[in-house]
Amino acid sequence: MTQITIDAAGIHYTPLNKQIRQAVRDGASEIILNNIMGQRFIGDGLTGNVKITVNGVPGGDLGMFMKGPTIEVFGNADHAPGNTMDEGTIIIHGASGDATGHSMRGGKVFIRDDIGYRGGIHMKQYMDKRPVLVIGGSAKAFLGEYMAGGLVIMFRLSDDEPYAEMGLASGIHGGEIFIRGTVEDWTLGIGSNAQPATSEDLERIKPYILEFSSYYNIDPTSLLNNSFTRIAPVSARPFAGKYTWE
Amino acid sequence: MIIGSRPTKFQVVVDKNQCMLCGRCVENCSYNVFRMEPEGIITNTRNCVACHRCISQCPRDAISIKERPCDYRSHPVWTAQIKENIFKQAESGKILLGGMGNAGQYPILFDHLVLDACQVTNPSIDPLREPMELRTYIGKKPKQLEFIQTPEEDTSLVTELVPNLKLETPIMIGHMSYGAISLNAHKAMAKAVSEIGTFMGTGEGGLHEALYPYQNNMIVQVASGRFGVDVNYLERGAAIEIKIGQGAKPGIGGHLPGEKVCADVSCTRMIPEGSDAISPAPHHDIYSIEDLKQLVLSLKEATEWKKPVFVKIAAVHNVAAIAAGIARSGADAVVIDGFRGGTGAAPSVFRDHVGIPIEAAVAAVDAKLRKQGIRNEVSIIASGGIRQSADVAKAICLGADAVYIGTAALVAMGCRVCGTCYRGLCSWGIATQRPDLVTRLNPDEAANNVKNLIDAWTLELAELMGAAGINSIESLRGNRDRLRGYMLDQSMLDVLDVNAIGA
Repeated sequence: MTQITIDAAGIHYTPLNKQIRQAVRDGASEIILNNIMGQRFIGDGLTGNVKITVNGVPGGDLGMFMKGPTIEVFGNADHAPGNTMDEGTIIIHGASGDATGHSMRGGKVFIRDDIGYRGGIHMKQYMDKRPVLVIGGSAKAFLGEYMAGGLVIMFRLSDDEPYAEMGLASGIHGGEIFIRGTVEDWTLGIGSNAQPATSEDLERIKPYILEFSSYYNIDPTSLLNNSFTRIAPVSARPFAGKYTWE
Repeated sequence: MIIGSRPTKFQVVVDKNQCMLCGRCVENCSYNVFRMEPEGIITNTRNCVACHRCISQCPRDAISIKERPCDYRSHPVWTAQIKENIFKQAESGKILLGGMGNAGQYPILFDHLVLDACQVTNPSIDPLREPMELRTYIGKKPKQLEFIQTPEEDTSLVTELVPNLKLETPIMIGHMSYGAISLNAHKAMAKAVSEIGTFMGTGEGGLHEALYPYQNNMIVQVASGRFGVDVNYLERGAAIEIKIGQGAKPGIGGHLPGEKVCADVSCTRMIPEGSDAISPAPHHDIYSIEDLKQLVLSLKEATEWKKPVFVKIAAVHNVAAIAAGIARSGADAVVIDGFRGGTGAAPSVFRDHVGIPIEAAVAAVDAKLRKQGIRNEVSIIASGGIRQSADVAKAICLGADAVYIGTAALVAMGCRVCGTCYRGLCSWGIATQRPDLVTRLNPDEAANNVKNLIDAWTLELAELMGAAGINSIESLRGNRDRLRGYMLDQSMLDVLDVNAIGA
C-alpha cells in the first residue's frame, strides 16, 4: 500500500492530473490531494483501483469518464461530479452543483447535502452496470430527466415538506428514483409515475442507505423506518406514439 | 370521417413475357411487394418504396417501376405531398417523420457556382506530370513557426504543435451510427477509409468490436445521450467529435427507436435491448460556449491531450458567431452540417424547413474566422449535401478544410435514397439490423465501391485543381477567386464572397 500526498496549491488541473496518473502508474493505492481549490477534471478518465482523498473544493466534472477509482471529497464539489462515470465511487462531504451524476453509466456517487439542477440526468444501465446516485439533501428541478437506467435515492434530510421541484423524471424510460416522503403531483414530468415504495423496494435500497450512513456517520435507523416515494417510467418507449411516417 | 387510401406512390409491373418465374424479386423485396402465384408473379404496388432491389436482382429485366401512376389534380401550391401530409396528420395527430435528407425544392447553391480554369496568361498544371498535394491536416495550426539554430547550424522547431489528423484526401465519411446503419455497412466504410488513409465517424452509437481493427481511422462521437461512451471508446478513436447538432434536424436531438435496439446494438450502445435510445437536443452539461469549452477540455484531459476534438453543429443562420465561439472553446475542428444532410429519421418539418445550405454556412464561418484572426485555431469540415467532386472543390474554395460525405457513401454501396431508412427494412442491408437483410451487403465488395468512389473524386479534385493552376489543396482553401456565381443575386454573392460570372 503506497500513499502519496500532493499539495495542489496553485497547480493547474492538467499537471495535477498528470501527477495523479503517474502516481497510479507507479502503483499508488492512495493519493491525498491537499489544497484543492476549484481544479476541474480531477480523476478524468482515470482507471484503476486507487483511493483519492480530496481536501478542498474540486471544480467541475470530478471523476468524469472515471473507471474504477474511489474519490472522497472533504468539501463541496462544483458541477457534474461523476459525469459519464463508468465505475468507482465518489463520496462528497458537502454539496454539489448542477448535473451531478450526468449520464452516469456505472459506479456510485454519494452527496451528503444538496445538489443543483438536472441531477442524475440521462443515467443509463447495461447488464450488471447500474449507476447509483445517493443524495443526502435535496435536488433542484429536472432530477432524473431522461433517465434510461440506474438508481437515484434522495433523503431530503433537512426537509419535511413534500418534494416540489419541476420536471422530476421528465422523459424517464429506465431506472428508478426513490425520494424520502411524498412528492407533489405537479412535479412529475412526462412519462414518469410515482407510487409509495413497497417493503420490497425498501429492501432493495437498504444497502445504499447503510452505505450512505456509514460514510457520513449517520444513524440509519430513522432513514430505514421512513416512507419513500418510488418514481419509475411508464414505458421504455415514452415517445413511441409521437410520430407517424411520411 | 375516414379519409380513405391515397394513390400509390409507385406502380410495379412485371413483364410476363420476360419473367422466368425465378422468384428473386419475391426473395429480395423486404417490403413484400411480390408474391408467387400459380399464374405468375403478383405485385402489391402499394408497398413499393422504389428501393430498386428487385430491378437490380432480376436476371431478365422484367420489372419496371413508375412513379405515381395515379395523381391528384395538379396544383402548384397544394401538391400531392402537401395533401398527403395533411391526410396523415388529420388521421393521426402526430409528428411526420421522414428519412434521408431535405426534400424541399430549394435551389442548390453548388449548382450556381462554377469553378475557374487557367488559359494563356497563367498556365494550368497537368496532374499526370506534376505532383498534386491533396494531403490535408485537420486541427489547430500555429499562427507562426519559431525555430532555433544550434551552433552546428542545425535548425529545430521550437513551436509546439498540437495533434492533427493526417488525411490523404480531403474527403472523409461523416457520422452514421451503428443502429441507424448495419454493421456490414460500417465495416465496409471503415475498411475503405483505412485503405485510403482518411477517416470516418462512428456516429453516436458506440464502437462495435468488429471495427477495432480500423480504430486508427475512426472518429468517435460524443452526443448528448453519451451512448457507448467510456474511456476505452475515447482512447480508441483517432479523434473525438462532440455532436451538438446535425443538418437534417437542427435544434433537436437523436432518437433510435427501441425496435432497432437489437442485442448487438444494445451492447454497443450500452443500453437494454428494446429500449429507446434518446439523445436530447441539448447536452445537459452544456448551456454556453464556456460549458462547451469544459466538455472539450474534459475530453482532451481524459485522453491526455493526444487527440483532436471536433465539434459538430447544424448550419443555422447564426453559424458564423457560433463557430467563432467553438474556435475559442479549444476545439480543433468545427464540423458544419448543412440543411441537406441525411439521417435515418427526422421530423420532416425540420428536415425540410430548418437550417441553411452548407455553401453559405461554410463561406460565412470562414469569413468570420478570418476577420477575427482565428482561422488557424480551428479546421472547418463541411458536410450535408456533398454529391460529387465538384461540390468538394467548391466547398473548399468557400473555406472548408475537408468534407464529410454520408449519403454519397451509402449510394456507393447500393442505396437508392428511397428515404425509408426509419422502417429498418433496407433491402440493400444498409439501414437495417434484420440479420437476413444485413448479410446482403458484402462488406469487402462494398468497401471496394466506397474506396473507388473516394479515389475517383480525389482524382477529379486533382484535375480540377490542375485546371485552376493550383497544385496544393492549401492554395484552394478559401480561394474565392477560383469561383464565380452564376444566376445568384447580389446578396447571395455577398454572403458567399464570390464574384459573379464575367467579373
